[in-house]
Parts: sequence; structure tokens; C-alpha cells
Amino acid sequence: MTAPAIVRKAITRQAASRPRRPKVDRGGVAVEIWLRLQASLVYAFLYLPIVIVVIFSFNANRLATVWTGFSLDWYPEALSNSVVQNALGNSFIVAIPNAILATLFGTMAALGLQRVPRRIRIGFDVLTYISIIVPEIVIALATLVLFATSFSFLDDTFGIKLRFGYATIIAAHMLFNTSLVLLLVRARLTGMDRTLVDASADLFATPWRTFRQITFPQLLPAIMAGFLLAFTFSFDDFVITTFTSGPGSSTLPLWIFGQVKRSVSPETNAVATIMLMFTLAMLFVGQFLLLRNSRRTHGQAGGGMAGIVAEQR
Amino acid sequence: MTARIQTSATSGEGGRFRSALLTFLLVLPTGAWYLVLLVAPLVIVTIFSFGVRARNGGYSPAFVLDNYTAILGDLQKAAPFTTSLSMAIAGTIGCLLVGLPLAYFIATRGGSRKGLFILLLVIPFWTSFLIRTYAWLIVLGPENLGGLIGDLIGDDDFRILGTPAAVLLGLVYGYLPLMVFPLYVTLERMDRSLVEASKDLGAGRLATFRQVTLPIALPGLITGSILVFIPMMGEYVIPQILGYGRIYLVGNALVTDFLEARNWPAGSAKAVVLIAVMMITVSFYTWFVNRGRKGREVSVL
Repeated sequence: MTAPAIVRKAITRQAASRPRRPKVDRGGVAVEIWLRLQASLVYAFLYLPIVIVVIFSFNANRLATVWTGFSLDWYPEALSNSVVQNALGNSFIVAIPNAILATLFGTMAALGLQRVPRRIRIGFDVLTYISIIVPEIVIALATLVLFATSFSFLDDTFGIKLRFGYATIIAAHMLFNTSLVLLLVRARLTGMDRTLVDASADLFATPWRTFRQITFPQLLPAIMAGFLLAFTFSFDDFVITTFTSGPGSSTLPLWIFGQVKRSVSPETNAVATIMLMFTLAMLFVGQFLLLRNSRRTHGQAGGGMAGIVAEQR
Repeated sequence: MTARIQTSATSGEGGRFRSALLTFLLVLPTGAWYLVLLVAPLVIVTIFSFGVRARNGGYSPAFVLDNYTAILGDLQKAAPFTTSLSMAIAGTIGCLLVGLPLAYFIATRGGSRKGLFILLLVIPFWTSFLIRTYAWLIVLGPENLGGLIGDLIGDDDFRILGTPAAVLLGLVYGYLPLMVFPLYVTLERMDRSLVEASKDLGAGRLATFRQVTLPIALPGLITGSILVFIPMMGEYVIPQILGYGRIYLVGNALVTDFLEARNWPAGSAKAVVLIAVMMITVSFYTWFVNRGRKGREVSVL
């Protein structure tokens, strides 16, 4: 139905039932108030729990859920806990290589996919979307089964002993993150100004030089944002990590989950606050890069990150 | 990039070969990853779903349909699939009720602050899902909001945590942004003069909303619903934490099957059914969107 048709329908229905008259717009004010109130409440709803966690990390009480007074003790306590230190270290050991490799592979694939026949590209697209849309728990358990089965097969046939650990977590995280970077970089490639590439070629620059001096600088913000998002995802992930980790390779989210299954302590809140701050810092850098990027190409402000978010999970 | 292909094409056979090799090498790592860590696991799970449980757990080759008939049998009882389905539907409706007015507000009243409003939605979405979920343990705890509500209704034993209500709240909270983004995008593109025209010509507020705004927002509404419905169907963390593991969804059933019962075939069958539900939802969605597009083309002609 065309838009004017919709309006026409609305009008004929209304015109038949009610004569037109100048109206005092009392309902309009009510709707304005309601919209505003609702929006404020939703934002409060979104941020309240996060703020509560931060506040309760300064709670003087051992039982985290009752506020008794201000205290800074939980931060040194949490940071000197050797289990937390280990988990924090593991989080970085997993997140950094994952982000580097996912960014590298995703960017390479985005560049390569421009050069392949349409059929292959569609196949790739299907896999990319499947990797993003299949529920995390299914991917996690299916990967667990794959690893367990192939490890026992390798052990039985060749006597090669492989175990769950950093490598399995990194490999599993990279699936989602590579797709994420691929989509980000490809979005940037399609929106890119081609005249510069053509001009560069016309001026007898070698393909490699064109890439280095024209294409790559234009892609850089998307690549950086992809890196940061990949890092953040890996750093925060619980579901895939918990099923692909081995003894000694558990990360911070796993520690937090173990804690809150018993009871929430201010120590947990302190660790959570540190994680939140770290993630937020990363996201602000990423958003800044994307915004600068989209402004330069006259894109929609705020569309960059939101678009990617809308496609994930 | 086009230029690069042209240059390599002009430099003859060797150049064309090098170009093809480069393309292959560029796509290889990601392709390999998809093959080994996406296609292979899904294929293995599909194969396992027809097998039987080995005596001491795991998988033993066979070709039986028992694992699927077991799921069908479960559907008569309050099994994980029915719980998940009702939770996901309720959660989607919840997201819609909360998200639609918000998206409408940002799109029509946001002005120059639209970007900021959207950014404020993005931030919680990208912070740790786990932390945002367990935060409700504090908020809804008997010492805080949970106890307050209990006092208000005069029931000392009132608890929210560990009930379906807490899980539902967690679902809506966790996935709300995914509903708002696509709604916002469609409403943002909406031609506001249509609303004005409708109002000028005497249509009431509700009639304008129902007959102008809602049809225009429909594609975003459906995209948003799919985006929240699918992860809600497969949710695992929220029922574990806010439901104390008492609210048993498909995700939890999968973990029990694979890790506790070590009945891989039964778990695999559930995973396959879950993926099938997801695929059907997405295909329906694609069909719906394409149908809409065809309609628009016709109307343009």
C-alpha cells in the first residue's frame, strides 16, 4: 500500500465518523508528557542495575545486598586475590590474540570477497549471518562436542594429546568476532569513495601502493572499531568461554558467574566495576573512531555502532 | 579494488594467476574458520542427533529418531521448549511495549540529540551481559526492591528472584536495545508530513497511529521482534542467575543433556530443533520482507 493510500484510508474512515472541528489539543499534551516520561523511565531502567553494581562495590558490608556505609576496601581486596589476578590475566591472554587474529582475518576476508565470484560471496554471507544468528549456547556446545570428539580421536589414532585451554577459547571466540569485523569492514568498503582508488591507478601507482595509501587509511577506523569490539566481546563473554575453557584457563566472567551463583559480594561488585570501566573506555574509543569515520563520509551519526549492534547475536 | 583487478588482468597470465592466488589467500583463513568451527560443529550435532547415548556417556553411532520423538513427547508436558517459547513470546511483547514508545520518542522528538539517545542505548548493550544480569540480584533482592514489593502487598514471603517474572524482566532488560534500533531506523525515515496530513484531515490520534505510523513501522517492528525472539529462545545465563536454575529453558536443557546427563544425542536433537525453529522464523521474516518490497514496486509502477 502506498503511503498516500494509507492516509486516504485513515481520512475517509475518520471523516465519515466525525465532522472536522478546531480542537483544544489536550490529548497532545498528555501524549507528549507520556512519551517523555516513558523515555526517561526506560533509560533509568537500563542504567539503574549498572549504577547499583558500582555503588555496592563501595559497600562496607560483607553481604553485598544491604547498604551499610562507604568503604574502599573491596578494591585492594579483590585485586590482591590471587584467583582474581589469574582470571584477569587469562582474560587478557584470551582477548588480545583473539582480537588481533579476528581483525586480521575479518579484514582480509572483506577485501578478498570483493574479488570472488558472486556465488562464493553469497555462500560466505550465509555463513557469516549463521555465525551471528545461531544462539550462542548452541555454538558453544556444538564446539565443545567437536573439540571433545576430535581430541579423543587424535589421541586414539595418533597419540596426540590436545586439551581444552586458551587455544580452544580463542578459536571459538574468533568465529563470532571474525564475522563482526568482516561486516564492519565490508560496510566501510561499500561506502568508500572509489574515485580515489581509480585516480591512484590512473597515476600508475602499483596495486599495493594504492592499497597502502588510499584504501587502508580509509578502512582504518572500521578496522580499529572491529578490533575493539572483538576485544570487548571476548573479554566479556561467558557462554562460549565456559564450555571451551579447560583447567587453569578460566577468565573473569567465569569467576564472576561462580561467585554470584553463591551470593553477590562487594568484592564481586568491585571486580565487575573494574570490568565495566574497562569495557566502557574501549567502547568510547570505538564509537569515537566510527563517528569520525561516518562524519567524514557524511554518514548518519550514531548509526555506525548501532547498525553493527543490531546485527549481532 | 576494481582498479587492482584491471591492472592484474592487463599484466597477462601470470598476473591473473597471482591475482587469483591473492584472492584465495585473503579469503582462506576466514573460510577455514567457518568450515571448522561453524559448519563442522553443526554437521556433527546433526549427525549425533540420530545416534544413541554410549554406555558411559557421549555418542554411539546409530540411526534412530528417538531423540526427536522424545522432544515431541515432551511438548505435551511443560517441557523446556514450551517454557522457552512462552518466555520468548512474552519477552518479545514486553520489549515491544517498552521499546516502541521509546523508539518513537527518539525518532520524532530526539532532534539534534538523536545520536546521543542511541549511544545511550548502545552502551549498556555492549557492557558485560553477565554483570548487567546479576545486577538484578541486588536490585530485586529481598533487602531491596523485592522486599519492598513484599511489604506493599503485605506478603513477607514474597520473592521475585527465582520466579518466571524475574527471568522475564531479565530478558526484556537484556534485549531491549535490539528491539529499539530497527524500530528507530524505520520511524526515523518516516515522512512526518503523513502524520500531519492525517491529523489535518481530521483523523484522531489513535487512528493516525494505527493507520499511518504502525503500517510504516511494521518492517522495523518485525525485524526487532526477530532479533529479540531468537536469542531469547536460546537464553542460558538469565534463567541460571535470575531464575536460580528453577526456570528451565532450552538452553539449560541443552547444558544438562550435554554436560550432566552426558546424553549427547538427546542434546544434539534439541539443538537441531532449536536451530530449525530459528531458521523457520528467519525464513518467514525474509519472505515477509520481500513480499512487502514487491508490493512497493507494484505500487510505484
